[in-house]
Amino acid sequence: MSLSLRSAVRLNLILLLIPVFLWLLLLIILPHIDMLLVSTQVKVRPRVYEFSFANYGEFFSEPLYWRTFARTAIMSIAATLLTLVIAFPVAYYIAKMLRGRMKSFLFLLCLVPFWVSELVRTFGWMILLRESGVFSNLFQWIGFADGPVEMLYNDATIMVGLIYTSMLFMVVPLVTILDSLDDSLVEAGYDLGGNAFTVLRTIIIPHAMPGIVSGCIVVFMLTLGNYLTPVLLGGKDSLWFTAQIYTQFITRFNWELGAAFGFLLLFLSSMIVWMGLKLSRQTLTETMG
Amino acid sequence: MIPSIPQPKSFHALYGAYVTLFFIYLVLPLVVVAVFAFNDSMFPSLPWNGFTLDWFFNPDEPRLGLFHDGRLLRSIWTSFYIACWVTLLSIAVGISNAFLFERHDFPFKNMLYMLMLLPLVIPGVILGISILVFSSTIANWLENTFGIEATLLRPSTFLVILGQFSFIATICTLVISARLRKFDTALEEAAQSLGASQLVAVWTVTIPYLKPAIVGAAIVAFLMSFENFNTTLMLVGSDQPLTIAMYGRLREGSTPELNALSLLLMLLSGSLALLSVFVQRDKT
Repeated sequence: MSLSLRSAVRLNLILLLIPVFLWLLLLIILPHIDMLLVSTQVKVRPRVYEFSFANYGEFFSEPLYWRTFARTAIMSIAATLLTLVIAFPVAYYIAKMLRGRMKSFLFLLCLVPFWVSELVRTFGWMILLRESGVFSNLFQWIGFADGPVEMLYNDATIMVGLIYTSMLFMVVPLVTILDSLDDSLVEAGYDLGGNAFTVLRTIIIPHAMPGIVSGCIVVFMLTLGNYLTPVLLGGKDSLWFTAQIYTQFITRFNWELGAAFGFLLLFLSSMIVWMGLKLSRQTLTETMG
Repeated sequence: MIPSIPQPKSFHALYGAYVTLFFIYLVLPLVVVAVFAFNDSMFPSLPWNGFTLDWFFNPDEPRLGLFHDGRLLRSIWTSFYIACWVTLLSIAVGISNAFLFERHDFPFKNMLYMLMLLPLVIPGVILGISILVFSSTIANWLENTFGIEATLLRPSTFLVILGQFSFIATICTLVISARLRKFDTALEEAAQSLGASQLVAVWTVTIPYLKPAIVGAAIVAFLMSFENFNTTLMLVGSDQPLTIAMYGRLREGSTPELNALSLLLMLLSGSLALLSVFVQRDKT
């Protein structure tokens, strides 16, 4: 390589590095460092702040805060597992039982909710489930209920909404990975005397593991960080942690505590993602790319 | 459990029923939203009072139709404006990143790549608040040291654009990189040996090859921006984008005008989705 060509490559490299550096530094790294700094400050007098971990202390000493946190985490894990259990048979059906047009049609149909705004989807559930809603009327008409039934504002409804919102992010990786499973492996499993259950356990699930892990990670993160679905379907008692962050930031204007909450949520989400990757021996690059 | 292995009929029937039920679950909320846009009633709920187009076209209160509702139309415009900027920025940075990561080697490349993926694993609410905190820090500093009033760095449309861009850029980078990886560099070299400068070669050979990925990424970026709520909620200024305005109405309880708007959004995103499938199809 001649000297001028090499310097041209270097100039190229530098020019290409500028946007990525500006983006990551100004919008990701510095904001998070700043948020960490703000979370370790406590107001002693108006406009005077001191370094302290009191905000984190408040989180642990106030039951409402850490219970909301734990509740959000547990419900997110439950929603992720339920999504997996519901989506797996559907993904298997699309990937292995169908051929040709029907297959691509149903696969595209799975993508539909992604293209529709989450607000619209949640609105649909509200129309279906509220006291004057479609299901309530249907039940009265059949004779299941004597009066209007309110199905909004409880945990089961939040769950239905969360699973609905997450479904796509589970179905797509599962269909992709199951599609790559060679039918002859399944046939061989049966030839060797396996039944449906052993074939599922020893052949299909191990093959699908990377898809399962990446689906679960994405669904968990999206659920944990969700705001609309719990707040709209769960009402005042939804007790979702992102709503708590919003309250601290926008309603109470207590940014220090809000920043601490933000970090705790980020920490939890990163820990679970990291554990998922470790358990399945995958890397972030493989899962996302 | 594959077609070549016989299973009892009852198993097939049950399995088929389950999958059917699943798809009903998937489309039911969307169908309901669409149908109630035409209900001649003040609330989007039963009973069905007959068909009307008032929620689209009626010019006055209380049955104000979507196309006469100035506030909602303005918020659609705000969202459109934001989405255009986010798409433009994300595509530009996405192309630049694709060339960086696919064509160059440099120290700490893997680390930078990991960092680039991070915005996807950070919850949107946290992206929003971290940018809000940081921009306020800068704005306060500017105000205290120089006496400059930096209104842009207070919650505003500008911050919403930056906030959405911060993670949509990652998605564009991934989509465009995947396509660039399949490109045969011999084509570019051929153009250069025929006398094109490197820049001309990239512009006339590589970029056209990347076009399906760029268009696909642009559609996804536009829609993700248009529909974003979590990040936007934390950064929004006085001009409300559509999602924020809709959220407000949803909480207050609204007339079926909201259904009309939702139906319109579904048609818009549906046609964009079809377009993206169409564009991605010829990627041989």
